Amino acid sequence: MNANNILEIFYVLMGIIMIFASIESFRDKDNSARIGTGLFWLILGLIFAIGRYLPNLVIGLLIIFIGILSLMKQIKVGKLKEVNKELAEKSAKKLGGWLFFPSIILAVLSILISEFTKLGGQVGIGIASVVALIVAMILSKADAKTTYHDSERMVRSVGTAGILPQLLATLGVIFTASGVGDITAKTISGIFPVGNHLLGVVLYCVAMVIFTMIMGNAFAAFAVITAGIGVPFIVAQGGNAAVVAAIGMTSGYCGTLMTPMAANFNSLPVALMEMKDNLGVIKQQVPIALSLLVIQIILMYFLAF
Amino acid sequence: MEYLRLIGIIIIILGFAFKLDTIAVVVAAALATGLVSGMSISHVLTIIGKGFMDNRMVSLFFLTLPMIGVVESHGMKQAAVNGISKIKNLSAGKIFNLYLAIREITDAFGIALSGQVQFIRPLINPMAQAAASVKHPLTEKQVDLIKARAAATDNFGNFFAQNLFIASSGVLLMASTMKSLGHNVSTTSIVLYSIPVAVITFVIVGYYNIRFDKKFDIDK
Repeated sequence: MNANNILEIFYVLMGIIMIFASIESFRDKDNSARIGTGLFWLILGLIFAIGRYLPNLVIGLLIIFIGILSLMKQIKVGKLKEVNKELAEKSAKKLGGWLFFPSIILAVLSILISEFTKLGGQVGIGIASVVALIVAMILSKADAKTTYHDSERMVRSVGTAGILPQLLATLGVIFTASGVGDITAKTISGIFPVGNHLLGVVLYCVAMVIFTMIMGNAFAAFAVITAGIGVPFIVAQGGNAAVVAAIGMTSGYCGTLMTPMAANFNSLPVALMEMKDNLGVIKQQVPIALSLLVIQIILMYFLAF
Repeated sequence: MEYLRLIGIIIIILGFAFKLDTIAVVVAAALATGLVSGMSISHVLTIIGKGFMDNRMVSLFFLTLPMIGVVESHGMKQAAVNGISKIKNLSAGKIFNLYLAIREITDAFGIALSGQVQFIRPLINPMAQAAASVKHPLTEKQVDLIKARAAATDNFGNFFAQNLFIASSGVLLMASTMKSLGHNVSTTSIVLYSIPVAVITFVIVGYYNIRFDKKFDIDK
């Protein structure tokens, strides 16, 4: 059994967890969009569980259907079963720091499997997730029913944001198939010469910052700017792709620190703490964001080439 | 008109900037890009379907959710709050730095704390205000500054350490996007090259926060 076949087993498990979320979304009488939300998780669950037996055309149609559901505001988190505060408090006193143990197992075991076996990083995450869950259940003496509800609650709370990264990666595939990267590269190279390593790095990092500021989302900027600038201007010139990805993404985060478009991070605290200055958080972040940008440009230049 | 193919980029930029429904915007951008490139509708749908299947690894973090749900319902957040609230006799800047260290380390293990809601407002902000007002009572402007710095510290720690966790959606997205663009990179190598920025962030934000204390140390 090779790594890819093992990975399929984990995709089936993911599908099952999503179907749990679907069942509970359908049952959530307080959610005005319970049918849409239930369908959303059901479709995703089916794609993960049995998608490999379906034609790609059908998967494509299902994705479009999810897009329409989301556009019609028919996917909502709904009412989640709240954590029992009293029980949590009591168990926190009893278990204390041990509550972090399963997370440490997850992180360490997935790295170990990825580094020291032929199974690869993804299977590593799968195995480590299952082991960590079993450890958590033993530690907390959680039974199957509690675990079921904990799982569906977490999945539902993630909502549509959870599937956004995968959709953005899919968009990257379309961009590649349509030659979008080649066109942007050609356009930009009319202004900036391809082949100058430092210029390529500066262009990519600064574009990540600017586009993240406009869009308010570094993941979305990453999909677009890496295809258009990162790959043709740096990776195709011999730059290390892992360095370009890692530092490119964190350059985008410098943009997140400086934009009111990233409301979750920069406006939410203003509202939570009733601050007088709407841009107060951003003002505290700008000096660090700009310093980190300069440092990251230097780092990428020296690490990538 | 080959430039028409850039329509997907335009849709993404405008859609996100105008806060339209994100899922619908991405799906529309994918459809539009394929169609203006001269593909038939069934061909575009097939590529979207195949692209989604080939990128399933990006969503692998869903597998970690049941474990997180179990420890959460058994008081993980309460345990973290109990730990942090034991901190005593530190200046505001040092409280921020200790929290920054905790935030970066927990991030590296994929322990997602909802920092602003769970820690900054109820815990770190009042602790820092108490510490900063030992010598002089705080002015309204200073209170606002402390709140802002507390929130900023959470963002610094959260952003620049999250890619140290191999199963984070960011790391998975990077590996998968690079693969789609024809360059295979391992998730471990992305984690490895995320370490320098996490360390540098800790150092410069640490210095920034220590200097912050000087704002409250002036004798009037």
